[in-house]
Amino acid sequence: MHPLKIIVTVKQVPDTNQVKIDPVTNSLVREGVPSIINPEDRNAIEVALWFKEHVGAETTALCMGPPQAVSALEEALAMGIDKAVLLSDRAFAGSDTLVTAFTLSRAVMKIGTYDLILCGRQAIDGDTAQVGPQLAGFLGLPQITYAEEIQYDGMTLTIRRGLEDSNEWIRVKLPALVTVSAGINRPRHPSLYNIVAACDPERITRLTATDLKVPAAMLGLTASPTKVKKIFEPERHARAEMLEGEPSHMARQLIEKLRALHALDREHNPHEREVSSAFNRL
Amino acid sequence: MATLFLYTARIMDFELTNQHRLARATARDVARTELAPYAQEWDQTMTFPGEALKKLARLGFMGISIPKAYGGCGLDSISYVLIIEELAKVCASTAIIVSVHNSVCAYPIFMLGTEEQKQSYLVPLSRGEKLGAFALTEPNAGSDPASLETVAERHGDHFILNGTKTFITNGSTADIVLVMARTDRTKRSRGITAFIVDKSFGGIIVGSKENKLGIRASDTCELIFKRCTVPAANVLGELGAGLGAALDTLTFGRVGVAAQALGVAECAFEESIRYSTQRKQFGRPIADFQAIQWMLADMATEIEAARSLVYRAAWLKDRGKPFAAEASMAKLYASETAMRCATKAVQIHGGYGCMKDYRVERCFRDAKVIEIYEGTSEIQRLIIARNVTK
Repeated sequence: MHPLKIIVTVKQVPDTNQVKIDPVTNSLVREGVPSIINPEDRNAIEVALWFKEHVGAETTALCMGPPQAVSALEEALAMGIDKAVLLSDRAFAGSDTLVTAFTLSRAVMKIGTYDLILCGRQAIDGDTAQVGPQLAGFLGLPQITYAEEIQYDGMTLTIRRGLEDSNEWIRVKLPALVTVSAGINRPRHPSLYNIVAACDPERITRLTATDLKVPAAMLGLTASPTKVKKIFEPERHARAEMLEGEPSHMARQLIEKLRALHALDREHNPHEREVSSAFNRL
Repeated sequence: MATLFLYTARIMDFELTNQHRLARATARDVARTELAPYAQEWDQTMTFPGEALKKLARLGFMGISIPKAYGGCGLDSISYVLIIEELAKVCASTAIIVSVHNSVCAYPIFMLGTEEQKQSYLVPLSRGEKLGAFALTEPNAGSDPASLETVAERHGDHFILNGTKTFITNGSTADIVLVMARTDRTKRSRGITAFIVDKSFGGIIVGSKENKLGIRASDTCELIFKRCTVPAANVLGELGAGLGAALDTLTFGRVGVAAQALGVAECAFEESIRYSTQRKQFGRPIADFQAIQWMLADMATEIEAARSLVYRAAWLKDRGKPFAAEASMAKLYASETAMRCATKAVQIHGGYGCMKDYRVERCFRDAKVIEIYEGTSEIQRLIIARNVTK
């Protein structure tokens, strides 16, 4: 059995935990904010490394981004990924999800053979969850999204998809594309042992638009059907109301107010009966 | 364009390389997940972070600057200080355990050891399979190490060690201890030899763990050598050249401790920024008041100065240039900066700063210890003065 060939897509994103809002302009302050590997892409890397260690796999990380995105790939290599490909060209700038997926698909074709493509469910800066599925579309691959558990029997993957209110088990033959959710595993740390090798510039293959043999008209902002008109912080309408008096009085007031807001309606609350009887005891 | 290139090629480069940035990001990531949730409790209960160290060892933290051929990561000294700094920001105790192991136990074996010593001791140390310590200080030999009284007498192809070492970091937990002992009573500093002592040799009594002011999760204790038999093959370097080797080793150790101090100072500063921008008095955040702003400005400035000294000492070492004076300057200034920053941080936090639940309280206690160990501020000034007047 030949080792599986796995490609993991990786996006470099600003660490949104550290992004602040400029109080004057109300825009995101990205200056000085460290860039990180998109968290769910780290989960995808961990899945690839699981295959490498338990089944045998040759793993490649693929990233599209500006030249500095190379640091995301170096981190992936330090985690244990074997090879890395950086797609970087001014022609790619401003790509929406569709064009990003198209460009990635051309890079995957350029890489050649593969059995499995792994993607993070979505990126924390855009939250679209579109690139993975669109990439599967461009490559004509079956896609399984929101994977929270993956089993492999040497031929097929059996995957548990975590849906909002249920789980779905799906079986798929390779080749396939899987997007993984944060709950699937706990990604490992990069290893200091791997850092010197990971930062060897020779380890990373760089591809441009010319290498992909795609005309500029099909790339970047010009080819992207999605145009962002405006980005703004939603207004917050939260307000606090302080209740006063004895605890039992405050509890009675609270329940009345929640009832007025229909927060205790039966379709919302399967414990309506208990709430009513508790209310009557007050 | 060509002229511009020549000009830019000659100016100083303060940029970290990708390798440095990745080492720092890795240490930050590991510190945040493996140390931060437990550091406060380790400090209060004097718990040695054994489990966390096992995880760190698997990731290469116990052989940071040791070449890959000997089980290490092959990273440079700048990466080393960045890593210690990040660990210290979260847990100064873990930082010193890692620093002592790397810089004053594994590193001297790499520099001075025979091939056999490297294979037997350095490889398991670098892989983190064994923990290292360094035993120089004695009850009557602190800042004046040449007066040490532990003796090693030769009996055929062995030495027998007798004496007491005190305040030994990793003392009870270490497997391998570098011990400085007197092999020639007729000489002072040139009568001291360094030995690689495996705890399994026997004849070592581990004293009780010291209940310290700060750096409480690191185990510091007395080691009593009673007829401890060490093979002559375990002499590290030349016979009688131990103290010189020890002091050279401490030079690199000082850069690690300076990085630790830098981490503590940064922690005190970051906590102060966070608190003073959130805490409101007189209807506005206390960071709006000039009294607080000046403290923050001084902290930021001193931290930048300390960082420059620490990184430069590491940079000199990486280029094979002399760095003894710079290492002392870095240790002196960074540790005193940590103390000043921690003092201001407690002041900014007011009553809360005196509470054990607040991070700056631990910074304050840790900083005081850092001003003292690995050469007090006074000893650093002595070394610097000797260097500038010679």
